Amino acid sequence: MILTKAQYDEIAQCLVSVPPTRQSLRKLKQRFPSQSQATLLSIFSQEYQKHIKRTHAKHHTSEAIENYYQRYLNGVVKNGAAPVLLELANEVDYAPSLMARIILERFLQEHEETPPSKSVINSMLRDPSQIPDGVLANQVYQCIVNDCCYGPLVDCIKHAIGHEHEVLLRDLLLEKNLSFLDEDQLRAKGYDKTPDFILQVPVVMLCPLAVEGHIIHWIESKASFGDECSHHAYLHDQFWSYWNRFGPGLVIYWYGFIQELDCNRERGILLKACFPTDIVTLCHSTA
Amino acid sequence: MAAVLESLLREEVSVAAAVRWIARSTQSSEDSPGEAAVLNSLRPLRKEFVPFLLNFLREQSSRVLPQGPPTPAKAPGASAALPGRPGGPPRGGRGPRSQLFPATETPSTAAEAPLTRRGGRRRGLGPARERGGRAPGVPEEGVVGDSLSWAGGRRLRGSGSPSSPSLTLSDPPNLSNLEEFPPVGSVPPGPAGRTKPSRRINPTPVSEERSLSKPKICFTSPPISCVPSSQPSTLDTSPWGLGLPPGCRSLQEEREMLRKERSKQLQQSPTPACPTPELGSSLPSRTGSLTAEPADPSRVSSPQRLELVALVYSSCIAENLVPNLFLELFFVLQLLTARRMVAAKNSDLELSQGALDSLESPLFQSIHDCVFFAVQVLERQFQVLSSLDKGTLKLLAENERLLCFSPALQGRLRAAYEGSVAKVSLAMPPSAQAVSFQPETDNRANFSSDRAFHTFKKQRDVFYEVLREWEDRHEEPGWDFEKGLGSRIRAMMGQLSAACSHSHFVRLFQKQLLQMCQSPGGTGGTVLGEAPDVLSMLGADKLGRLRRLQERLLAPQSSGGPCPPPTFPGCQGFFRDFILSASSFQFNQHLMDSLSLKIRELNGLALPQHEPGDEDGESDVDWQGERRQFAVVLLSLRLLAKFLGFVAFLPYRGPEPPPTRELQDSILALRSQVPPVLDVRALLQQGLRARRAVLTVPWLVEFLSFADHIVPLLDYYRSIFTLLLHVHRSLVLSQDNEGEMCFLNKLLLLAVLGWLFQIPTVPEDLFFLEECQVDAFEVDIAASEHGLDSVPVVDQQLLYTCCPYIGELRKLLASWVSGSSGRSGGFVRKITPTTTTGLGAQPPQTSQGLQAQLAQAFFHNQPPSLRRTVEFVAERIGSNCVKHINPFPTHPFQLPQTPLSLLQGDVGGRSGAPGRVTSSGASGDTGTGRGRSSPVVGDLVFSAVSPWDPGIDPGAGVLPKEEPWGCAGTASRGNPSSCSKQCREHCRGACNRQSLCVAVGQHYSAD
Repeated sequence: MILTKAQYDEIAQCLVSVPPTRQSLRKLKQRFPSQSQATLLSIFSQEYQKHIKRTHAKHHTSEAIENYYQRYLNGVVKNGAAPVLLELANEVDYAPSLMARIILERFLQEHEETPPSKSVINSMLRDPSQIPDGVLANQVYQCIVNDCCYGPLVDCIKHAIGHEHEVLLRDLLLEKNLSFLDEDQLRAKGYDKTPDFILQVPVVMLCPLAVEGHIIHWIESKASFGDECSHHAYLHDQFWSYWNRFGPGLVIYWYGFIQELDCNRERGILLKACFPTDIVTLCHSTA
Repeated sequence: MAAVLESLLREEVSVAAAVRWIARSTQSSEDSPGEAAVLNSLRPLRKEFVPFLLNFLREQSSRVLPQGPPTPAKAPGASAALPGRPGGPPRGGRGPRSQLFPATETPSTAAEAPLTRRGGRRRGLGPARERGGRAPGVPEEGVVGDSLSWAGGRRLRGSGSPSSPSLTLSDPPNLSNLEEFPPVGSVPPGPAGRTKPSRRINPTPVSEERSLSKPKICFTSPPISCVPSSQPSTLDTSPWGLGLPPGCRSLQEEREMLRKERSKQLQQSPTPACPTPELGSSLPSRTGSLTAEPADPSRVSSPQRLELVALVYSSCIAENLVPNLFLELFFVLQLLTARRMVAAKNSDLELSQGALDSLESPLFQSIHDCVFFAVQVLERQFQVLSSLDKGTLKLLAENERLLCFSPALQGRLRAAYEGSVAKVSLAMPPSAQAVSFQPETDNRANFSSDRAFHTFKKQRDVFYEVLREWEDRHEEPGWDFEKGLGSRIRAMMGQLSAACSHSHFVRLFQKQLLQMCQSPGGTGGTVLGEAPDVLSMLGADKLGRLRRLQERLLAPQSSGGPCPPPTFPGCQGFFRDFILSASSFQFNQHLMDSLSLKIRELNGLALPQHEPGDEDGESDVDWQGERRQFAVVLLSLRLLAKFLGFVAFLPYRGPEPPPTRELQDSILALRSQVPPVLDVRALLQQGLRARRAVLTVPWLVEFLSFADHIVPLLDYYRSIFTLLLHVHRSLVLSQDNEGEMCFLNKLLLLAVLGWLFQIPTVPEDLFFLEECQVDAFEVDIAASEHGLDSVPVVDQQLLYTCCPYIGELRKLLASWVSGSSGRSGGFVRKITPTTTTGLGAQPPQTSQGLQAQLAQAFFHNQPPSLRRTVEFVAERIGSNCVKHINPFPTHPFQLPQTPLSLLQGDVGGRSGAPGRVTSSGASGDTGTGRGRSSPVVGDLVFSAVSPWDPGIDPGAGVLPKEEPWGCAGTASRGNPSSCSKQCREHCRGACNRQSLCVAVGQHYSAD
């Protein structure tokens, strides 16, 4: 699941040419049968997010908002049960749940006369039944359910996956009889930066090719694919901060990463796609 | 002065008496009445003798070493050589004397008069004049060098390049010589030296420059300022002047006389002792071919005379009457390796018998003379030589001239070489890790507000980001610290000031400084940046060698002569530039506070922790533990003191001393009321009293090396310098009394003090001041019997680490072997190529190595108290084991056997490394460094805990970077009950673990 830059570029290139739907994901899987679905999905999701980020501003001009709102109103007037909003989002190539947010914001502005707070909107998106207008609630619900990359449902899934992998990692650590502190314990102790796990007694990870092992003080679990964009953001916000405080450590990208990104080994940030097997602990002689 | 030397040569006075006369003001009863009479008459000149002798020797040798490596000398009014920027042979360097008092002396007193007068006057004139006088013509350049080295630090004052401009300036006097002395002029030494593409050229400051500085020198002495200064100096630079005692030089009549005499001698000379000064003979040297002239003992011109001078000179060295021991050695080695003599005038070649006794004939008339003299001196300095590193000894022992002139000395050197231990590169494991986050000191509770907490969180990340960027880029050409990082650093400092969390940041800064720069070179690049794939293929053994190779390739070719100015090598440069770029007053103040505290703390550490023979039945482990511990503490102290000096004197630093006396007085008035940043005088006095000079003096020297020009004039610091002088004088190497300081300890102090005395900001007359003030600080040394000074804590490694400039001796000798001094700048990089093929099959890193790494990493992220606890527990268990197993340890050497055989099966079997539990030799390498007490069992316990690999040097690595050792010892000593309670706590629930270390650690973390 560790891809070279070239392999990754090929997949990303392929994604540019297809619409961000589940069908295209299936096609992608046929095209790259050797890659696991989770990896492809993760890449797919990241690429889609990049795409949305690029076009985000375009959909947020006041004219565009007004335009979408009018089209929504016209659509629901014709047929309130039809997936008007979803189709609109697909048509203008924007994420359905983000489209739903735009329309909801616009709707609330019109009906409440005070600009709605972010938390209100978020909670309405999470639970569309709170939306005062039944038709809009239905439309928003359709968007959220059908969005495979954004929205509270996806966030929830992502969070669950992330947590799942953390639990997985914790079990592995327990199984290996490694003593650790988890994020919550660290926070309770007042740490300003908290990786998922800090090993109380460091271990050495042996690499098949290098003679020298790498010392690991902390482990961060990332239930995603490590592409350049996300990795650099993580490096800046998390990994280097961990290094600055706890020394060298390990990042596990469960869905793989671009091989070339693993360039900070000597500096003390290791990338892996799974829990390392070849570990030497203090006083457990390998000989 | 010359009179003294002459009376010596005439054997009116014995050498011993003369040296006694120089060293002590009172005359000894051993002196014969005749001697006493002679010497008494010369009494006022006493303190002028040594500077005179040093200058005299350098002047004499200038013909031999016209283009060679520098021979700096910093005797008052002596050579023009600035320390570290040695002006080469001080041909034109005797400026002050000849300038200030030209042609005013009567012939009869020519030798002494100028000196006495000068001496008296110089003191009255103050530093401004001394500066000018010391380096005629150089001030301008010194200014440039100064400001540059302070501002950017990239340019060493001692490097060859800055001085090259003056090279061209050195020609005119020689040319004018041409006109004045036609026979000589055809072979001007200057141009010959210049045409050689030598990197080491250290041109002599010359008359042009000197005329620039003339006003400075003469502003208080109108009559003298009228004298055209260029004339004497022109004379000086001629080969003529070289051989003349200073007093005679300026006298035209004497010159004439000498000329006649020499030409007379030449006619009588059957075999020219030095190459016939034909045009042809000097041509090869012009073209740069440097075939060395063979030296022949049988052709020495006047052995008795040379021997006498060598004896006096050696005695002065032995009595520490010279400011810098290693500088003199360097000079002597230069003489030994002189390639050829610059062709002398025909008339030089011969001496009448009468002239032999006087100083009027040149001392060194040929290469043979030089080598003879050098070997004579070296023979008397054998003790020092024998403590040099193996490489130097080898080169010396293999020197064919030395063999030829003194086979006995060669034999001794060879023996010393064979007995010498191989020099190991201080391979401390790279430790450029970040300072670990400790919740006790770093969590929210330690900050006044959320904002301060979060600001500091960001600062830490910015700091390391900056550090990483520096690591990556500082070696790129054209990268500039200030441009690249300056604004980021200042922005961060601004936030810090707003959030008032300076103290936190300073603590981080200081800890990081200690972590990164403690290793000698502090070469940071190897630590973070590298991708040692090839290196790792080579395995640990070859790694050390490659590291040394890298050191050699990366290190500047020369450390800037035998007296380089203070610098910030490697990672230290980052911290220096950081301080400069941050330019934050608050930060500097906090930093000084923090550094001062840490220095006090480390300086006060109880070292050695084990009184000799206080533990039960210990065997001598060769003081390994103490040495390592001492080295860590000393290097830390030196680093901290260096930065304290840097920051403390930063606001006062200027390129030049104040130009006028009035200005200087007002500055002095201002500065004298400022309390010192750290009461170093008290610390020094304490150190001397407690016989811990070997710890205190080296860091104090680092601190003082950053002093500005005014500092040595302040009463407070002047008294420190006086005290240091007193210490210097008292460190006579040949005296090896019981309970005295150990030889290498002394040598370290002599080396660092000698270096300090050559720092440009230290007035050079300081050293030769009368010792009258010393009594004011009578130091009561008898206080403690077991001071640190009498413990052999310094080894060769530490000596070379603290004083890398001693390595210049080796470079000089190596350049002789290579014969390429002219081309490659003084020494060869002898590098044997190695290959990586066939090494791929090397077994992966040993498990011991990994375990050591792991243990080190474990302790790194734990609070220091944990390590101290573990050490304490290990020690106590070890000690108790010994007592339990062998309650009557009668014979120390019996000890290793008994418990071993008993325990090996048990503990060794469990640890899986029974072979590790062996002789006491290995115990020196146990991580504890406490091998001296119960060495074997200590080793045993540690072997059981984690099989240390001695090769990995866990001791050095495991040592806590910020609180080396001593605290543990003192804590446990001071309050054993609390400590053992602590241990019991830690050990609770640890029974299931095989390893004590981990058990304690995990239990600790689980709390």
